[in-house]
Amino acid sequence: MSHPEPPPAGGIIHDIGYRGYAGPRLGRGYLLQSLYLQGFRSTFGLGRTARTKVLPILLLIATVLPAVIIVAVEVYTKQDAQLLSYNRYAMFLIPVIGIFVAAQAPQLISRDLRFRTVSLYFSRPLTRADYVLAKFGALASALFLLLSAPILVLAVGGVLAKFPLWQQTKNFLAAEVGALVFALILAGVSGVLAAATTRRGMGVAVIITVLSVSYTAAVAVQGIAQSYNNVTLAGYLGLFSPFTLADGVQIALVHAPTSTPAAPPGAGGKAIFVLVAVLLVAACYGFLLRRYQRLNAS
Amino acid sequence: MSSASVSVRGMAVITTSGLTKRFSTVTALDQLTMEIGTGVTGLIGSNGAGKSTLIRVLLGLLPATLGSAQVLGLDSASDGVRIRQQVGYMPEHDCLPPDVSATEFVVHMARMSGLPKTQARERTADILRHTGLYEERYRPIGGYSTGMRQRVKLAQALVHDPKLVLLDEPTNGLDPVGRDDMLALVRRIGHDFGISVLVTSHLLGELERISDHVVIIDAGRLLLRPGTRPGRGPRIGAGPRTATAPPHRRGLPRRHRRHRRHRRHRRPGWRS
Repeated sequence: MSHPEPPPAGGIIHDIGYRGYAGPRLGRGYLLQSLYLQGFRSTFGLGRTARTKVLPILLLIATVLPAVIIVAVEVYTKQDAQLLSYNRYAMFLIPVIGIFVAAQAPQLISRDLRFRTVSLYFSRPLTRADYVLAKFGALASALFLLLSAPILVLAVGGVLAKFPLWQQTKNFLAAEVGALVFALILAGVSGVLAAATTRRGMGVAVIITVLSVSYTAAVAVQGIAQSYNNVTLAGYLGLFSPFTLADGVQIALVHAPTSTPAAPPGAGGKAIFVLVAVLLVAACYGFLLRRYQRLNAS
Repeated sequence: MSSASVSVRGMAVITTSGLTKRFSTVTALDQLTMEIGTGVTGLIGSNGAGKSTLIRVLLGLLPATLGSAQVLGLDSASDGVRIRQQVGYMPEHDCLPPDVSATEFVVHMARMSGLPKTQARERTADILRHTGLYEERYRPIGGYSTGMRQRVKLAQALVHDPKLVLLDEPTNGLDPVGRDDMLALVRRIGHDFGISVLVTSHLLGELERISDHVVIIDAGRLLLRPGTRPGRGPRIGAGPRTATAPPHRRGLPRRHRRHRRHRRHRRPGWRS
């Protein structure tokens, strides 16, 4: 054994020691994009364990399946107009959207705070404002995808059922604007709640409570106001829950048919709904920025 | 060790002048002026001495009340982003999500330092091997021992090949064997990897063994300047001592120590 044996055919592993890195170091846009994509994918369980994929996929099926059934009915019964306004679809999905956002917002936002991973992000070139932008963008995009997937199914079905093409395109785009409004408002509200509660379970509970209680209460008092024939008051009461607010905004912006007991009253009422929605999203985003700027992340 | 440490001593990696950080009631850093060169520098101080505050100021995460700090020639107040591109940081506290594997996590952190996807994967595989994580790196971090977690925390600080790495109490919570492994690794980073290291601990004895230079701070003040190598010049500590604070301070509850800080006095016993 005086001579070392020749290396086997498959090659041997040498410890070549530490190697430095001389390759590219990409800038702000890349960091933002990487964090955004990672967050967006994680809301559907991609890049995470199999267990985390179950809920988002079930919810996605729950949103798309009714649309498929509606399309099947439209085609099979040879309807000459769509059975359901695309803009109203989101309001039928309230429980599904509520569960999705309550599960994913804390996963996306509370987790980094809870496990103090934020300190690793902030000790890197990524700025805090970019962190907020990436996380908010990921949550809003995920919601938008969830809301617009069934609308796309409905619109494609409408084309198959030979509804007027121009009308279909217009309805589809109007519904997409509505989906964007829903996504931004819900991402803002749930993002703030998730950032305020660092425990994930707590975040889930708080978001689902706030969304469902505010919606039920707003619709209930709208109904009461209406039974006293106060339609104006009933309309304005829609400002007090994220879902009815978003519905009011899409009524104002794209003349969507109302899905609540009362629509925003008149042109002034519509303007107020849009204004309140813009202020709400801006306030939520501002809160998130402030929350992370002041965070003592070491 | 001695020959290597002398040859790597060159330009200043960290410079502070009159660095002061005051919080509402506490002065965490008090007129700190020092220069730290390449190689491994141990930063020693008891809990609350200002070690973590100093690191946060150096990273540009916390503005100094007075004075200034330069890291790799960049000003920490205005050039934070550029500093953070070239510096790695391992926090003292736990900072790992439990439901992802070490590989996934370190790859993500590499990308957050600007490495493209493929390079991030290669560097992650390399660095996890160097820090001593093998098969377990594909399992979720939630199931790791403290020693393995510390290795992941160290790996994410090194994955982008920084010029300087700030390690905040890397031996925290480790058993004696894990402690020795971690210290050997820290020494390799400074000597074999060619990355400058600032490593903190409250135990003088353990850092004495691996550091080229030692800085001691107490209540935000410099007690011993860098440039003093253990075993030469003024000797720090008598042999492998593990006392963190002077004997009369050891074992005092924290609130008493805080109180004490306001009436600081020299403690000659600690120096000799």
